[in-house]
Parts: sequence; C-alpha cells; structure tokens
Amino acid sequence: MEKKAVPQSDAFVSGHRACQGCGMALSVKHILRATGNEVIVVSPTGCLETFTSPYGFSPWGVPWIHHLFENGPAIASGIVAALRAQKREHVRVLAIGGDGGTFDIGFGSLSGMLERGDDVLYICVDNGAYMNTGGQRSGATPTYSSTTTEPAGKMSRGKTQLKKDLPMIIAAHGAPYVATASAAYIKDLQKKVKKAMTIRGSRYIQVDTPCPSVWGFPSERTLEVGRLGVECGLVPLFEMEEGRVTSVKKIKKRIPVENYLKAQGRFKHLFAEGHGVKEIKEIQAMADANIKRYQLLKEDKAGKTTTR
Amino acid sequence: MRNVKVLEGSEAVAFAVKACRPHVISAYPISPQTHIVERLAQMRADGELDAEYVRVESEFSAASVISGSSAAGSRSYTASSSQGLLLMTEVLYASVGLRLPFVITGVNRAISAPISIQVDHQDTISLRDSGVIQIYVESSQEAYDAHIAAFKIAEDPGILLPVMVCMDGWILTHSYERVSFMEEAEVDRFLPAFRPLHFLDEKNPKTWGSYAEDNVLMEFKYSVQKAMLHAKTRIKEIFSELSKITGRDHGDLIETYRTKGAEVVLVAMGSMAGTIKDVVDRLRSEGTSVGLVKIRCYRPFPHEDLWEAIKGARVVAVMEADFSMGSEGAVGMDLKAKVCGRPDAPLVLDFITGLGGREVNQEIIEGVVAEAQKAMINKSTFVESCWMGLDPTIVP
Amino acid sequence: MKITVGAVVQGKSSLAYKTGNWRDQRPVLDVDRCKACGQCEEVCPDSAVHVINETYVIDYDFCKGCGLCAYECPAQAIEMVKEEK
Repeated sequence: MEKKAVPQSDAFVSGHRACQGCGMALSVKHILRATGNEVIVVSPTGCLETFTSPYGFSPWGVPWIHHLFENGPAIASGIVAALRAQKREHVRVLAIGGDGGTFDIGFGSLSGMLERGDDVLYICVDNGAYMNTGGQRSGATPTYSSTTTEPAGKMSRGKTQLKKDLPMIIAAHGAPYVATASAAYIKDLQKKVKKAMTIRGSRYIQVDTPCPSVWGFPSERTLEVGRLGVECGLVPLFEMEEGRVTSVKKIKKRIPVENYLKAQGRFKHLFAEGHGVKEIKEIQAMADANIKRYQLLKEDKAGKTTTR
Repeated sequence: MRNVKVLEGSEAVAFAVKACRPHVISAYPISPQTHIVERLAQMRADGELDAEYVRVESEFSAASVISGSSAAGSRSYTASSSQGLLLMTEVLYASVGLRLPFVITGVNRAISAPISIQVDHQDTISLRDSGVIQIYVESSQEAYDAHIAAFKIAEDPGILLPVMVCMDGWILTHSYERVSFMEEAEVDRFLPAFRPLHFLDEKNPKTWGSYAEDNVLMEFKYSVQKAMLHAKTRIKEIFSELSKITGRDHGDLIETYRTKGAEVVLVAMGSMAGTIKDVVDRLRSEGTSVGLVKIRCYRPFPHEDLWEAIKGARVVAVMEADFSMGSEGAVGMDLKAKVCGRPDAPLVLDFITGLGGREVNQEIIEGVVAEAQKAMINKSTFVESCWMGLDPTIVP
Repeated sequence: MKITVGAVVQGKSSLAYKTGNWRDQRPVLDVDRCKACGQCEEVCPDSAVHVINETYVIDYDFCKGCGLCAYECPAQAIEMVKEEK
C-alpha cells in the first residue's frame, strides 16, 4: 500500500465518524467544494454535528460552530451581523443542519432568519428523522415510514401525517432562492449550491440524504436508493426563485413507488402479507401529485419549467 | 465639567452601551427592559449609533444572535427580563462553555406564574449556576458605570464569559435620576476594541462546539470555575480602574455601609440597598448597631470579601427578593455555605422580601432588624427562611 | 490532550483519526478496467479515493468499506473483498 498525501484543498476531510455510506457526509463534501473555502459554517445539533466534532477531531477545513439544537439560524444571523460590522462581507455564511433542527426544533429560529432576509444559505441535510438519536419521527419523516417513536406495529402503520412541505413554507417567507436536491445527484446539488452562492439574502436548499443505517439498506446502495426516491416522484427536485418554480429535474424513467419503498427497512411493514396495500396506494397518489404539481415527466410541457 | 443628565435609567444604560461601541445588538421586547432596546434603536435610526441591530423573533434567538456575533469576533449586547431571561437559559449555559463574551442587561422582574411584571430577583438568580458573571446595581449611575465595566470584564482574556448587569425593573429603569456621563475618549481609552482570543476566521479555520467525553468534560467545567475565581481579582481591578477615571466609587465586589462595629449586618442586592442605607442611618442615629453589605458581584460569589465584612457581627440578616422553592433564598444559602463551620461565625438569617414588586420599605427593613436582634439575643436560628410582610388574611 | 479555552479545536484535526479500522471489507481497484471517470472519487463519503498522477488510489487509512465506489463504478473496476484481520 503506497503512502499518499490527502488533498488538503478539500474543506471537509477524512476521519469524520459518519456511518459507512452516509448520504449526508457525501453531500457536505460536495457542498463545500461548490462554495469554496471563504465560508463560515453553522450546524445545529444532529448527525452532522456529532460525527464531525468529537473533541479534538474535526474534519472541517472552514470555521465551523455548533452551538445548540434550536438556534442554528439565529447563530448564523449573528455571524452575518458581525461580518457586516467588521466589513468582512466577502466571507459567506452557511448553515447546514438536519431535519430535526430545521423542520422542528429550529423552525422558529429559521422563520425569524428568513423573515429578516439574513444573508445565509441554509442547507437542510434531510434524512427524515432524528437519526443521531436512533431514528425518531420528525416533521420531515415521510408518511408511513416506521420510526422508533411512531413505529409500525399491530395497531400502527407508522407515521400517518404528511411530510411538512418546508420548501413551500420557506418560499412563502419571500426567500429569493429555494431548491430541493439529492445526495444521489451530485452535479445537480453542486450546481444549485453554486447558484445560491451568487445570490444575497436568505436561501434554502433541502438535500435528500439517504441513511443506510436507519432507513435499512446496505451502505453501498445510498445513491441507488436516492435515485429511486427521485425517479418515483416522492423526492421532487426543483428550484424556486422569487416564489415561482423555475426549473425541475425531469424523471428519466418513471418507476412505481413500490420500488423505492421495498428497498428500505423503514417501509418493510407495508410489504408484510399485503398489510400495506392501501398505504402503498396512498403513497403512490402522493408521488402522482408531485409529478403533476412539479411537471416532473419529460413529456410535460408547461410554460415555465425547463428540462434538465 | 462632567456631562450630567437627568434621565430614565433605561436611557442611561442605552447611552452606556452606545459609548462602548458594540458591533452587534439584538433586540426582543419584554417589560420592563424594552425602553433600553428602543432607545438604542432610535439612536441608530438617527445615525448616532453605528451597530448592527438584529430584531429577533424570541429571546432564545436574541441570546443566540449575540453568541454567533461574539464567536465571529464582534462586541455584542442584548437586554431582557423575567420570562425572556429564562428562555435564554440554555443559550447562556452554552455560551459560557464556549467562552463567548457579551453583555446582557438583566432587568429584574418576577417570574410566571402567576404572571407579574413587577420587580424581584428570581429571574437573574435562576441563572446563577450558569457561569454568567452577575453584577447587581443600586442606582442608574451605578448601572451606567457597570455596563461600561461589564464589556471590559467579559472580554478580558482571562475571563471570556458573558456578563449580566442586573438592575431592578421599573424602580431603576423607569425612574429619573441624575447620571454623570463619561467622555467618549475616556470610554475609548478604558475600553479599546474587542480583541478575541480566537474567532470564526476563514484564514485560520477552527471548530467550536465539540462534544466532550467523560474523560474531559469535568476539566472543561472546572476551567470555567477557575475563570470565575480569577474574575474576582480582575473585576476588582477593572472597577478600580474605572473608578479612578470617573471619580465614582460604588465599591468593588461588595460595598460596605457602616458595617464597622455593627452587631447586626444586613446583606442585600439591587435598589433595595438604597432604602436600607436610609434605615441604617436612622437606626444608627437612634443607637442601633447595624450596617449593610451590598453585594455587587453576585457571581462569582465574593465570599472572601463578605467574610471580612461580616465576621465581626453577631448576626447577619440576608434580605433577598428570590426564593429556591423547597429550600431557602439563594443568597442566604450561598452565604451560609461559606460561613458554616467557621469558628465564631455570626448567625446567618435568611429573609425573603419584595417578591413580585412587594415594596421593601422602611417598615419591612426595621422588621428585619428587629427579628435579627431577637434571634441574636435568643441565639436562635430560623428553621425556614422568614418571609417578610405576608398578608395572613389572604393566605388560606 | 490538554483542554483548550472554550473547547475550540483546530480544523482538519480529524486526519489523526484513522477510520480505516472500521472496515470488514475493502475495495480493490483493477487499474486495467479503470476508465478514470472519477465516479469513485466523487461518491466516497469519506474522501478516501484520490487521484495521484492520473491514477485512482484508495486511502485505506480512512476507507470505511461502505462499498459505494464499487457499486457505482460504471466499469465494474472495483471489487469489495473481505478484510483480512
């Protein structure tokens, strides 16, 4: 085995403690490649924070701060204010946090930041549950997913509510740029991050980051599962600018939601002896609605959408 | 000639904060601190204050914004009271651990429920475990001076902790007193620009907020205690330095008032100390051997200075506007902990006064002195804290 | 390691923690099949694939053996082999 130099140019290096095949770690590596190193990153408590900050071992090659769980956006707002006061506005501020700290406990702080229009690019690395603590239900958990606080059981099919439509809520705050992306489509993610960096004001990108450990699939299939989510329509990838959808990533080859669901342990209860037939139909209807709403199929021609 | 104005306490604080040239101010309204942040907003709107002003959506964010700006290397400030201070609790603990300096005015107000906007010290006292340095003031002048000192204390390289200046809601914030202002140049000389030990710097990337395993966590917490103990010395030095410039001496960690030879020594914080001084003067003139120790710096707790001031007394009567439910008043407990076991220690009695704006008037103070004298004669201590001035007809 | 003020830590200090010992399988690259497309380098969550002199090399100090590089390689040039203890 030859000894080689690890590239020091990356702002997110090896040695972090993410699980094997972590979609979040992969996304963050590429996010920082897209932003460059003149950034300060804030993370609320969560997987990302925990696997990157055991005392003494940090993979962050940019200044990074973790304060608390519910105040990622407010910490970011404070940093932006300081940079303005110090006339260091060429340094940009990113907040990268999980769905727990973004959809739920950090929601108020996020709303305040957006309402003020603070110049922060907020990226939610969304694995649909409180994964750091073992997979409890969050506002981002998809319908009928089994989580440890809303598990499938004799009397339950897992989460009954919908996934909170956070991109829409954020767009309604007047954020100039809102996008969804996926760890499975790295170039698309990078492009969206780069675009967001050209804009000043509050911007948001939600990245679907599959989690092999808790979603329940082998670690080498992280990108495969991510692709299935996009190709079945449950994970729509789009950009919104000034409140209107301006581009979508068209589905290459549409697949039924079943292909996505049966690839993951968190939905396995839907395949036990036909118990989940009704639920799978409902999930399919959600995918259908997404496809219609965002015009995700290639043959759709709508005035304002563009193909990728 | 010194610049003297007659103005509302809140306004005096706003002028003090402005003089310190903060980079970032965050603001969320709550009675009775709101006049402070409003005054600062108007100064900014009129081009008199060059600070970033962030109007947040909760006190949690108010404290968080200034934590972020402090980590980025900027002098930062906010103000709150009561419910707002409690909401900030988690943020303050975290910023203490991260050693992020900033200044907060804790305008004292009672805590729900029942909801009350009147003054007592329960709010800031509730934060006493956090590691935030706490200075209590008796007057608007003292508030003005304390804020200027507070930034220097917080940002001191051997301290690096948030400092809370605690001032009584309404009594100090909304009353008008004469306040003597420092010259801008004097403040600038006393308080140069913030030079952080380290900050969020893209040229030298570091990581804040790591998690600590059981092999290091205790040492981290101990290092905060060490900083607080060191702070006692530095706070004295900083107050003394300021005092030489202004010609005003409010005392250092404590102020002693006619304690020499006093048999009964009262211990108190905040504006009630002013009333107590009047009563002490009158009682002394009538031959009662009584004095007052006003605690200015409550955290870190100045037990060495307190001991020196009270050791000759026969009885110490702590008068406090706070209570630790199920136990005793916090200040009484802090003092008793340090006095316990010392040979020839005075008797320490704990009196609860002034909760929810209940007036701490001459009658109450004289009542405390009388109870203290009785206990001194009978050599008897209190089984429970003595709640002064309760209306027995309304307690079921 | 001494504690720091505020527990502040130097960036990139994780390079001292070799996650390679997490593996129970390791990727082995067949250089002849490799088309140098860059997919493996792109998809590694642990930055454990490097390009050195136009050759793709696995950094076994940090590779956790997740298998993404092997799964995603369009040339099937990477095989996951059980780690020998």
